[in-house]
Amino acid sequence: MSSQPASSTSTVVPPVAAVKPSGAFARLLADHWAMAGAGVAAAFVLLAVFAPLVCRITGSDPYTYDLGALTGSGLPRGAFGGVSATHWLGVEPQTGRDLFAIVAYGARISLLVGIGSTLLATLIGTALGVLAGYSGGLVDTLLSRFTDLTIAFPQLIFMIALGALVPASFPRQFFMIAAIGVFGWPSVARVVRGQTMALRNRSFVVAARVVGAGPRHILCTEILPNLASTITVIATMMVPGAIGTEAALSFLGIGVPPPTPSWGREISSAIAWVAVDPWYLAAPGLALFLVTLALNAFGDGLRDAFDPRLTGKGR
Amino acid sequence: MKITRFLLVKIAGMIAVLLLVSLAVYLIFYLTPADPARTECGRVCTPAELVQVRAFMGLNEPVWRQYLDFLGAIFAGRSYGSGAGAIACPAPCLGYSFQQHQTVLSLIGQTAPVTASIALGAAVLWLVTGVAAGVVSALRRGRALDRAVMATAIVGISVPAYLVGLLGILVFGFKLNILPVSGYVPLTQDPAQWAFHLMLPWCALAFISAAIYARLTRSQMIEALGEDYVRTARAKGLRESRVIGRHALRNVLIPVITLFGLDLGALLGGAVITEKVFSMYGLGALLIGAVATTDISTIAGVTLLAAVFVIVANFLVDLVYKLLDPRV
Repeated sequence: MSSQPASSTSTVVPPVAAVKPSGAFARLLADHWAMAGAGVAAAFVLLAVFAPLVCRITGSDPYTYDLGALTGSGLPRGAFGGVSATHWLGVEPQTGRDLFAIVAYGARISLLVGIGSTLLATLIGTALGVLAGYSGGLVDTLLSRFTDLTIAFPQLIFMIALGALVPASFPRQFFMIAAIGVFGWPSVARVVRGQTMALRNRSFVVAARVVGAGPRHILCTEILPNLASTITVIATMMVPGAIGTEAALSFLGIGVPPPTPSWGREISSAIAWVAVDPWYLAAPGLALFLVTLALNAFGDGLRDAFDPRLTGKGR
Repeated sequence: MKITRFLLVKIAGMIAVLLLVSLAVYLIFYLTPADPARTECGRVCTPAELVQVRAFMGLNEPVWRQYLDFLGAIFAGRSYGSGAGAIACPAPCLGYSFQQHQTVLSLIGQTAPVTASIALGAAVLWLVTGVAAGVVSALRRGRALDRAVMATAIVGISVPAYLVGLLGILVFGFKLNILPVSGYVPLTQDPAQWAFHLMLPWCALAFISAAIYARLTRSQMIEALGEDYVRTARAKGLRESRVIGRHALRNVLIPVITLFGLDLGALLGGAVITEKVFSMYGLGALLIGAVATTDISTIAGVTLLAAVFVIVANFLVDLVYKLLDPRV
């Protein structure tokens, strides 16, 4: 567990920057799955950013009740959960709120938390990974044990529990970014540690050390730039998982409070209606599935193009 | 001799980690702005009352003393307050929920069987079907089953367990009407009904992981089948079933067990989510309820128990690992 395959082969194969970026970009562009994933993900980002603008087309928003779109028993009027010219994805039962607007605004929370927590996890993971890989010895042993422990930890249980300590006035999205980020760093740390160990003994680093460069110079100008592509790939591959965790927290009622739209909470509300209005589940469920699948496809393509030696998700 | 040393080192490591984790849990949950005494004292709370409540809950002592009380209670039990109004918490005492007027252990005792039933059944299902599907895929590479397993693994990684669960409820519960969609029947009450009610939760939680494990098993198996020791076993004239089952599978299981050890925490998290989908009252519901009422004792107890479960289970995984791989 402590020795990555990447580090053991490093003496033979230059581990980082062995792939020319121009060739890698060409490979990425030729990967249809990855490009389709990038397209879908970009569409969701645009939808999230321009949610108010897009919703103006249909004249809907995620907060206004539309009881006219419901039958007497609170179910959507019309086929497919009330799909119509004004309600593209149908309406929420009981309230008649527009599901397209809910999905569009819900994408804001999903992407904000997904990307924000990934950035935090990448920052922590890079710092600890470089520290472990560069220091070696006892520091490395302790940090690696800590990394293993964090990976195996019942993270979701801890995140729920930590929710009790955060005052109600603190924005929930920032709590989720912190919680997911603080538990998400091990996969970054493991890879960065392995790569740093491999780089530490490469001739250009040794040369820098010989001419008297300090650890700070070696880390910032010799090692970190060479890790950039690996870290980018790992970070991209982490985003869909972070989005899934956000949705899970919201599903369990620990996410942003209503009425702020959130996919996970919408899926949770759909449980009560799945027997009579299964279409209610389709809009938030498909949005979550699509964005996760798209980001997974893009992340896999990015890895194959830039860093084919990385395998798995390093969960 | 060697095995004793291995065990001693592992057990010492486990105890060190357990102590560290218990300290972390204590510090995080008892020494935070969410003051348990203030919550217990109620909305209208004079400073004098707060002091009384703190003394009753044992929160007026120095931090290190509180932590030792907390640890000691697990082995020897403790009581809150003194005299006629004292509340006893017999060992192993994980704390007392002043909100629910019960020991945390009895609250956990009521809910843990639900979560454990979901988690254990799903884990067995995902390991058995995952490894079996992976082996069959590897042996029949390129055939229909292989393609189906791989496609499920690729798509499955993007579907959260609760969506699978909800689709299962919709199809098998409401459309086909062949499986129950909610409710938990205790194992001790009726084993058949217990399994019947857990069928959908097990499948929902195991589905995705089984696909991922199948993919891992498949790639490992394909690699193993090309190794010298498999060729040697075949050359010795062993039956194919023995070559696969004894020689190849044993090596394939090592990375599978490693991954399983890492997935235990996720298994528990998944069980908590699955509980909610199927409206069962388990540890997750207990924890979420406790979070809503800032019931710190219950929150700390449940988190500590979850951590202990993962640490002890990982210790067992290490033992299995040792049995499978003589090099360790």
